[in-house]
Amino acid sequence: MTPVSLRPLLLRAGLAPVGTIVVAGVLVLVAPTLSAYPLTLLTQAAIVAILAMSLDVLLGYTGLPSLGHAAYFGVAAYAVGILATDYQRGFVTCLVAGLLAATLFAAVFGLLAIRASGTYFLMITLALGMVVWGLAFRWVSMTKGDNGIAGVPRPDLPLPWSLSSPLPFFYFALAAALLAWTLLALLVRSPFGLTLMGIRESESRMRALGYNVWLHKYLAFVIAGAFAGFAGVFWAYYNGFVSPVDVQLVTSVETLLMVALGGPGTLAGPALGAAVIVFLKNFVSVYTKRWLLILGAVYIGVILFAPRGVLGAFRRGPR
Amino acid sequence: MSHVRVRVVAALVLVAFGLALAAPLEAPAQGGPIKIGFLAPLTGPFAQVGKDMVNGTELYLDEIGRQVGGRKIELIVEDTEGQPATALNKSRKLVEQDKVHVLTGGLLANVGYALQPFIDGAQVPATYPVIAADDITQRKPARWIVRTGWTTSQPMHPFAEWVVKNTKYRKIATIGMDYAFGYETVGGFQRVFEEQGGQIVQKIWTPLNTNDFAPFLSQLKRDADAVLALFVGRLALQFMKQYQEAGLHGKMPLLGGGTTTDESVLPQMGDEALGTITALHYSQAIDTPQNQKFAKAFEAKAGKISSYYSEATYTNMRWITEAIKAVGGKAEDRPALLAALRKVDIKDTARGPISIDAHGNPIQNIYVRKVERVGGRLQNTVIATIPAVSQFWKYKPDEYMKQPLYSRDYPPCKAC
Repeated sequence: MTPVSLRPLLLRAGLAPVGTIVVAGVLVLVAPTLSAYPLTLLTQAAIVAILAMSLDVLLGYTGLPSLGHAAYFGVAAYAVGILATDYQRGFVTCLVAGLLAATLFAAVFGLLAIRASGTYFLMITLALGMVVWGLAFRWVSMTKGDNGIAGVPRPDLPLPWSLSSPLPFFYFALAAALLAWTLLALLVRSPFGLTLMGIRESESRMRALGYNVWLHKYLAFVIAGAFAGFAGVFWAYYNGFVSPVDVQLVTSVETLLMVALGGPGTLAGPALGAAVIVFLKNFVSVYTKRWLLILGAVYIGVILFAPRGVLGAFRRGPR
Repeated sequence: MSHVRVRVVAALVLVAFGLALAAPLEAPAQGGPIKIGFLAPLTGPFAQVGKDMVNGTELYLDEIGRQVGGRKIELIVEDTEGQPATALNKSRKLVEQDKVHVLTGGLLANVGYALQPFIDGAQVPATYPVIAADDITQRKPARWIVRTGWTTSQPMHPFAEWVVKNTKYRKIATIGMDYAFGYETVGGFQRVFEEQGGQIVQKIWTPLNTNDFAPFLSQLKRDADAVLALFVGRLALQFMKQYQEAGLHGKMPLLGGGTTTDESVLPQMGDEALGTITALHYSQAIDTPQNQKFAKAFEAKAGKISSYYSEATYTNMRWITEAIKAVGGKAEDRPALLAALRKVDIKDTARGPISIDAHGNPIQNIYVRKVERVGGRLQNTVIATIPAVSQFWKYKPDEYMKQPLYSRDYPPCKAC
């Protein structure tokens, strides 16, 4: 691919803000009319959307399929869980600690993982994810092991509304998701982001052009980890509970599927994918025990008929 | 062409998503039936157990014609996938959208701990028929949750005393699954066994995803008098098989926590299970008319023999309906219903007489059971009944709760 083929991509990225802002606006307006349960699901979708978007930086923009992305999400959630229960720390401390913990883990793991590519990258991120799972499961004095950390209180901020009721917390999570989306959208459109896309298309060509490919990939990895941690902080507050399930392989794989379903390389796509999966899981399973079958059918349908994801299908791009 | 098709499919996915979003907007019906929300893992590795739990519940509801105190009972079953986050979501749905009067069910300890703050926050009467994690009725008591099942270490305290009094085993090695359920089982046994003069000479913990027990079995100290094993489900089957293959069956007598030979796995075991002695608050072979009636009815309904999971949910549903009767069918009065749930005293459940302690845990019989072959199939023959066992056994509750929760390293293994 020559630089020319990047231009339509830029156009596509340029279209995204309008749609996302409209969706967010509709959500803000509709939310007060919804009852508590759909609101909590929307909250969950907003938080998981941050996680999916952060993975998209790796998968969609840099071409690095990570199978251990839940690790950074979970590390941050654990940091919040431990600080908020055992040490009764406030929101700001927990947020900073969560982000630091996730960034630190991503910085160390990135050194190991970025050396590999393709299947080997998958394997190494999988293994590193398992290391974190092992820590969560076995370091009982710190993480309470399999039982998990329960009773994480909702943040107590100087706001006119209590974040323990569903509607304010939904707005809180939505604001976080919009913030993450804005920052990531700026990132992928910056020269740095364009370089990442160049690396995705052809590593050797970018190297020949004089770019430090390793450094770019490494930074993308750390940034993605930090944003996953951002999601993890809100996740801990949302559930009020952190357990090894949050860092396990299934969570990583599900995030990958969200990105693939929504459309890699289109921040809004993974966010949509996250919402679709959250709602499919929670609604279809109410009506039938065979909901996994339906979820599977949706995945297969998307891969066969819309290989670039649901959102990708709406956009005429180069291929 | 292909673009059109792609767009149609994408649009369909979006429409389906929109419909899913719109569905909860339907207002829930007001008044009328008493709604009971039931959580069980219906998919994933614990689906079989989840099915037993649903069958036990439905069996009791069918027997009473699905009504109590002149009101119909509506059972709403939700799948937890055995995951805390999903269980939380489904509980929110049951409480906030379906407006259930009672929330019940759940299998795994982490689900139990995750739901506890939500249930206490929502102030909805709830029962745990299966979740046995010690602290839910001990050091972190839940105000709105009544345990209709058991506490993990509850059968192990009297079992250890029974072993000291009735066998010559004084040095025991333990092997168990490496998580809280394993720690609390082995810990409860170790505490009493060592206080009464026995010795735990080795503690082996096996990862939950173990596929081969051979390396662990070869570590077992051969000079131990007996082995205490704690496994659940598939792992119990495999452990038994490999224990025999290692030539240990018959040489080192096998003791265990109740789930190791629970009826949910016992029919798939062979002669390798014979002679294993375990303790639990239920056995399918309890020889009382109530249990025989239940066991027969369950087998007719489910096509398999009754396990402790199915008895737990059967009795749990009876417990809930007795409480609803006690408040005259007014399930809307949540504090009254909770108080009634905490007062239930039933003399003739399938597992025997049940009353409840001040911390919300049943006081009930513990059965020491030995695997035997009767009429061609394996069963947990009851060889001793220890009546009215509390979760604190003979200890004073306050003093008991001052010691730490049983864990991987507590009580410490002094003779290892």
